[in-house]
Amino acid sequence: MADTASPPRTDVAHTDSPTSGSSTAGASTNPIELDRVVIRFAGDSGDGMQLTGDRFTESSALFGNDLSTLPDFPAEIRAPAGTLAGVSAFQVHISDHDILTPGDHPSVLVAMNPAALRANVKDVAPAGTIIVNSDSFDERALAKAGYAANPLEDGSLKDFTLYEIPMTSITLEAVKPSGTKPRDAERSKNLFALGVISWMYTRPVEATIAWIEAKFAKNDMVKMANVLAFKAGYNFGETAELFESNYIVKPAALDPGRYTNVSGNTALAWGLIAAGQLAKLPIFLGSYPITPASDILHELSKHKNFGVRTVQAEDEIAGVGAALGASYGGALGVTTTSGPGVDLKTETIGLAVNLELPLLIIDIQRGGPSTGLPTKTEQADLLQAMFGRHGEAPVPIVAPQTPGDCFHAAIEAARIAVKYRTPVFLLSDGYLANGAEPWKIPDVDALPDISVPFATEPNHVRGDGGEEFWPYLRDATTLARPWAVPGTPGLEHRIGGLEKADGAGTVSYDPTNHEKMVHLRVAKVAGIARDIPLVEVDDPDGDSELLVLGWGSTYGAIAAGLRRVRLQGHHVAHVHVRHLNPFPANLGDVLVRYPKVLVPEMNLGQLCKLVRAEFLVDAKGLNKMSGQPFRAGEIERAVLDALAGS
Amino acid sequence: MTDVAVPVTTKKDWTSDQEIRWCPGCGDYSILTAVQMLMPELGARREDTVFISGIGCSSRFPYYMDTYGVHSIHGRAPALATGLAVSRPDLHVWVITGDGDALSIGGNHLLHALRRNVDITILLFNNQIYGLTKGQYSPTSETGKVTKSTPFGSLDHPYNPVSLALGAEASFVARTHDMDRKHMMATFKRAYEHKGASLVEIYQNCNVFNDGAFEAILTKDNRPRMLIPLVHGEPIRFGVEGEKGVVVTADGARIVEVADVGEGALAVHDEARPDPSVAFALSRLADGPTSPTPIGVFRAVERADYGSLVNSQVLRASDQKGPGDLDALLASGATWTVG
Repeated sequence: MADTASPPRTDVAHTDSPTSGSSTAGASTNPIELDRVVIRFAGDSGDGMQLTGDRFTESSALFGNDLSTLPDFPAEIRAPAGTLAGVSAFQVHISDHDILTPGDHPSVLVAMNPAALRANVKDVAPAGTIIVNSDSFDERALAKAGYAANPLEDGSLKDFTLYEIPMTSITLEAVKPSGTKPRDAERSKNLFALGVISWMYTRPVEATIAWIEAKFAKNDMVKMANVLAFKAGYNFGETAELFESNYIVKPAALDPGRYTNVSGNTALAWGLIAAGQLAKLPIFLGSYPITPASDILHELSKHKNFGVRTVQAEDEIAGVGAALGASYGGALGVTTTSGPGVDLKTETIGLAVNLELPLLIIDIQRGGPSTGLPTKTEQADLLQAMFGRHGEAPVPIVAPQTPGDCFHAAIEAARIAVKYRTPVFLLSDGYLANGAEPWKIPDVDALPDISVPFATEPNHVRGDGGEEFWPYLRDATTLARPWAVPGTPGLEHRIGGLEKADGAGTVSYDPTNHEKMVHLRVAKVAGIARDIPLVEVDDPDGDSELLVLGWGSTYGAIAAGLRRVRLQGHHVAHVHVRHLNPFPANLGDVLVRYPKVLVPEMNLGQLCKLVRAEFLVDAKGLNKMSGQPFRAGEIERAVLDALAGS
Repeated sequence: MTDVAVPVTTKKDWTSDQEIRWCPGCGDYSILTAVQMLMPELGARREDTVFISGIGCSSRFPYYMDTYGVHSIHGRAPALATGLAVSRPDLHVWVITGDGDALSIGGNHLLHALRRNVDITILLFNNQIYGLTKGQYSPTSETGKVTKSTPFGSLDHPYNPVSLALGAEASFVARTHDMDRKHMMATFKRAYEHKGASLVEIYQNCNVFNDGAFEAILTKDNRPRMLIPLVHGEPIRFGVEGEKGVVVTADGARIVEVADVGEGALAVHDEARPDPSVAFALSRLADGPTSPTPIGVFRAVERADYGSLVNSQVLRASDQKGPGDLDALLASGATWTVG
């Protein structure tokens, strides 16, 4: 890096650091080892914080750390600059060991403006580090953020290690050789910040430079400016006599294997592609853009060479309708959406229940009701997935637990859908969708074959000895009806939303038949319990009094919280359910073994309500509805409280 | 395809064993018969034929055809048909719908199926009334219609389905009626043979809730002076003696006495005209079926159908990138190896 311009002299102030003793320049030769660090990048939504965080994550992944991320951005594309509402943040937790969450409290906050500082300072860990772009702390910006006095001067940050760096002016100076106009040049300051943090945590730089060069390959001037800004930030860290040392978080001892860094939505899209291959069916996606699900549509649209057909429909209803039409024709129909879209698709999902055709409904849950909090996470669609249709209309539900698990959950949902000829809900959420983690790339050959045969022959003999096809003559074991696709001679048949005669599948208004069909559809879905794994109980000591029951994206926070509780000597059990309808066959037996059951959920107690109703257990809820995922510390406290309350 | 034998079928082969449950005297019967009689003539295969309907009296239609069929939900037949037609271009997909199903609850899907030019054949049974729910006004009912839900007369301005379809730039738009089997069969045949979305509006009498809605134009006596047959390449004229005709100017289409303007001034019907504005002008000749009304094919133009476009993109992706390789996909981001 020595060939780049060194930063101009600046009047950098290093204030009130409890650890400020002897500053040594160029400390990178002997970085201090940390086992983990949580960094939050925060700025205006136009400041490129998501990009900065993403890139830091990627370089940490390549370095071999375990990691977990939490992007947090406003619903507005560009909220008013400098305001609290416009603050966009990206938190990443990197470690030298297996971690489960993006971290409760950042140990380092990078704040690009006063609003970003104000919105995030309350989360910073005690004695944590705050790095600010001091150029942005002018009177106007302070007022916009609602600061009466400059927090850099009024002592309010005295408990933190504060680094004031004039990022804007250094960036402007550093990128001059690129010839960029000042207004554009200033936009490279996020890469300056990335450079500083990359030095601070000893990240490899070559990969990031290559990434910048590839990303901005189409515009030489911007490319050069960004590379210069990144290098300037890195060199600033090394030479500015500001930081007493830098740090290293060594690679984590993960399971041997090949890894990639993957977000939940990408993993989910790949899982759908894999499911198509494993089911030997073409994937058909009917979808309407909606946050936070659109990235699945984007990703699938890139991979048409897998035979994937994507249709961006005119609305949510058409998206699921087209998917169901494709399933009727022998494709694996998929629709991707979030809660408001599920509302609209409801009638078609009911039709799919009646038609008994495979259909995947991917719901990336977000804060509700109504438009709610489009970019924030929540788990409040569980009861909608369970019951949100008229009539008795059971639909199986599968919920992934981590970003990488979205891949396997998609395959499992598809397996159930094609085997049982039923719509299946996959309940992910905004946190899983946008969060990323290192993911061990699975051995493709070890993935299950989930293909099922289409019907090809008549299956019923009429009174006159002639053969005919009965579309609702069920398989004795699975209760699934035959899947006869158009184009198959001799199996022509009509199906529809009207009640059908058991077996023959013709329209039937017979009361006894309707009652029978209702029970058959319910029994078919209930019977899937025989075909899914039992819940695994994580109870290392086997004598826990308290069981923590979770589902979906709370997995990481619960597991991390319980680690802490167990380190304190307590015995606590954890069960995380992946199949929410039907429940695994042993769930009831497991629950009744524990005197106390605590159910943390990002809703007001939906799973809790289900298990109380189903198993008559006195489960208690731990509920969070802030649009933010649980912190491990919140789980820890609630578990300790529950244990103490005995 | 020349080596594939055209299947020989009869009307009976296309008739399912289900008892028909329309009211006696309903116009739907003659439409069903026309379709069942047409199928052998088309040389169609039962297994490759799918009828998809929504909800309403007409939407029971698929149950009576011995083909593949889906009786779906209200207004959504074009959505299901889009998914099926795109993923199975080898099939022939028909959509059976009504004025309430297609133009009210399902208006959006109809517009987009036409806009995209999905390869489906849409038969729109227009009886200007809600029959299945026993007689409320529909989006094609004339303003002032007195029904159970509009005892003081309806206030809504009605749709003209042909105008609507032309406005959506549908590539094939036609109108026929349930009193003329020959005309229906000829029109359906054209719609069937059209590659892309074809919409046929069928004036259909609901003899229980809206009897005689089309009497003014469709009684045997009235037809010659009230129906304006559209014949490609022919001057547009009608009347008992052919004494009336249509001229089209920048102000639109209007009915004239041929004697007044001379035959040479009459518009010559060009269904293949790329710009839909003349067809639209013709569709505006009649506000409703009470004054001289054009029937036949308004528009038939060639435009790539949506399914072919989708599928050629899929093929092109395979050609360019090679067939999907799951291992390569999963390792397409930056990767690193542990241990």
